[in-house]
Amino acid sequence: MSTFVALLVYGLADGAILAVAALGFVLIYKATRVINFAQGEFLLVGAYTFYTAFVLLRLPLVLAAVVGVLFATVLGVLVERFVLRPLIGESAISVIMVTIGLSTVLRAAVQLFFGTAVREQPDILPTGSIELGGVTVPLNRLLVVLIAGAVLAGFALFYSRSRHGVAMRAVADDQQAALTMGISVARVFALAWVLAAVSALVAGVLLADLAAVEQNIAAFGLIVFPVVILGGLDSIPGTVAGGLTIGLLKQFVSGYADPGLAEVVPYLVLVGILMVRPYGLFGETRIERV
Amino acid sequence: MATSTGIYHRNYAAELRLRHTKAEKARLALMAVLLLSLPYILNVYWLGIVNTILIAVVGAVGLNILVGYTGQISLGQGGFLAVGAYTSGILATRSGLPVPLAILAAVLVTAGVGAFFGLPALRLKGLYLAIATLASQEIILFVVRRWTWLTEGKGYVEVHRLELFGWRVDRTMFEVQWYWILLVVAALAVYAARNLFRTSLGRSFMAVRDQDIAAEAIGVNLTRAKVTAFAVSSGFVGLAGALLAHYTETVTWERFTLDVSVLYLAMIIVGGLGRVAGSVYGAAFMMLLPAVLTEVAQRLSTVAPFLVEQLPAVKNATFGLAIIAFLLIEPRGLDRIWTRIKDYVRCWPFRY
Repeated sequence: MSTFVALLVYGLADGAILAVAALGFVLIYKATRVINFAQGEFLLVGAYTFYTAFVLLRLPLVLAAVVGVLFATVLGVLVERFVLRPLIGESAISVIMVTIGLSTVLRAAVQLFFGTAVREQPDILPTGSIELGGVTVPLNRLLVVLIAGAVLAGFALFYSRSRHGVAMRAVADDQQAALTMGISVARVFALAWVLAAVSALVAGVLLADLAAVEQNIAAFGLIVFPVVILGGLDSIPGTVAGGLTIGLLKQFVSGYADPGLAEVVPYLVLVGILMVRPYGLFGETRIERV
Repeated sequence: MATSTGIYHRNYAAELRLRHTKAEKARLALMAVLLLSLPYILNVYWLGIVNTILIAVVGAVGLNILVGYTGQISLGQGGFLAVGAYTSGILATRSGLPVPLAILAAVLVTAGVGAFFGLPALRLKGLYLAIATLASQEIILFVVRRWTWLTEGKGYVEVHRLELFGWRVDRTMFEVQWYWILLVVAALAVYAARNLFRTSLGRSFMAVRDQDIAAEAIGVNLTRAKVTAFAVSSGFVGLAGALLAHYTETVTWERFTLDVSVLYLAMIIVGGLGRVAGSVYGAAFMMLLPAVLTEVAQRLSTVAPFLVEQLPAVKNATFGLAIIAFLLIEPRGLDRIWTRIKDYVRCWPFRY
């Protein structure tokens, strides 16, 4: 029982971070139809900017977070303007490859400035554990779930209620109709990349707090694919469902069966979903016509 | 028959030739002379790099058949290379099969595995297919890593020194002898791929790439074309994997990670998608890049010592920047640049 609850909490925490990381991915895909292979590297860059501000520059926590958000915003705008915008209308392979190239550059930049050694960062979240129904569970994992939940709720609210969110949805729905309504598609594209970079920052910092500030954070970006395919590439509720499913699945397989198997299980799910329901659990089914 | 206004063919045989003009033949001859004299010009270190280029050429040609000509994005290159390498290595070393037969078996097995993992392509396109092949890469690598029978629990496969019909590669002449073998194989692979796209099968691949629904309307069997493209492409990749196994004499899973898939995709993008020659240029460019960077960093070690210290990061950054730069500036790659140079020279002093 206690193993089960522990795995449940660990899985939920992993899943919540995955959902936040996948959220940025889905926002980009919905608005711009770009598959961002550099999402993991956005996490990495986010974690390292926060580390620089918080540990190296000794800024207070809130200020460090602000610096992180500012940097993520600038990065998002620059990437959209100078890397992705020239490729609008190009084939899928070009767009995929440019984000792969981007991911290599970002990882190399982090390697250039910080090296490959694991960096120590003081814990931000309390590390104690609490008693929950007779089982002790780590406090920081629970807090991660709460923070991620709050961030996701905030994004969802922004997306459904705010003016910019509505503009984003309009562009996702029909670009030309949005243009005729006076929505700046270019600005929405930039906004999507900024939101993705900021959500990646949140995910990266949370992940770094649970584990460590290191290059491996980028590897998290690949597990985003099973998550978004499971949930549906263009569905925001789908990212939450997909993130939690994959996070829990990984932890349970790793806890009850084999940690090595847990690495590959998300991909098996991915192939299964693609075979049976390519548009995911919550995705919009598109019919292709000549 | 090259005249100032175009090429005219007076019979079918002339039209079917791969090369029509004197300039093309002269360039081929020049290329042949250069390739034949390479082992006498280069030292062992650079010849080793040329050998890895030749192996990469085979793999890149294979990937280009799938991605460049058929339009099916594949991130599973590393996995297919692994299948070829493990099959050939294990068959030749443990079952005592003659090496040519082991390599042939590797080609066939990889083609089969490729066709199997190509099945999602029947339902998926573009982005979804890319993700599906990413999954196949991870799954193949997982199997290779965890199936202890493959490596007998050692974690790697040791492959015997190459032996062909009783003749063995000599230790002192290792790189030179391998150069001749790889040159022949790579030339045959390039030639085969070049001719593939003059057959109806190759044309059907291109039809699928350009507009799959229209292709089906004119009678191309989509299912067959896609699965065959995966099989043919993986066959080439399996050949490259098998050559890699026998050349490096050890097979470990670290050589076949996702980074390798990305490297090969970068080769064909930098070289030119949908051009056989592009795969060759791209393979050479991508394999030479790290070697040249190392050389430059060492030359500049007195002026800029940080270059040597940060060499791995600099290499990665250059690799990524090269991909982005080519996609933004010349998406049709080195092959297109070469064509433009030729046009410029041909029309000089006029612009066109």
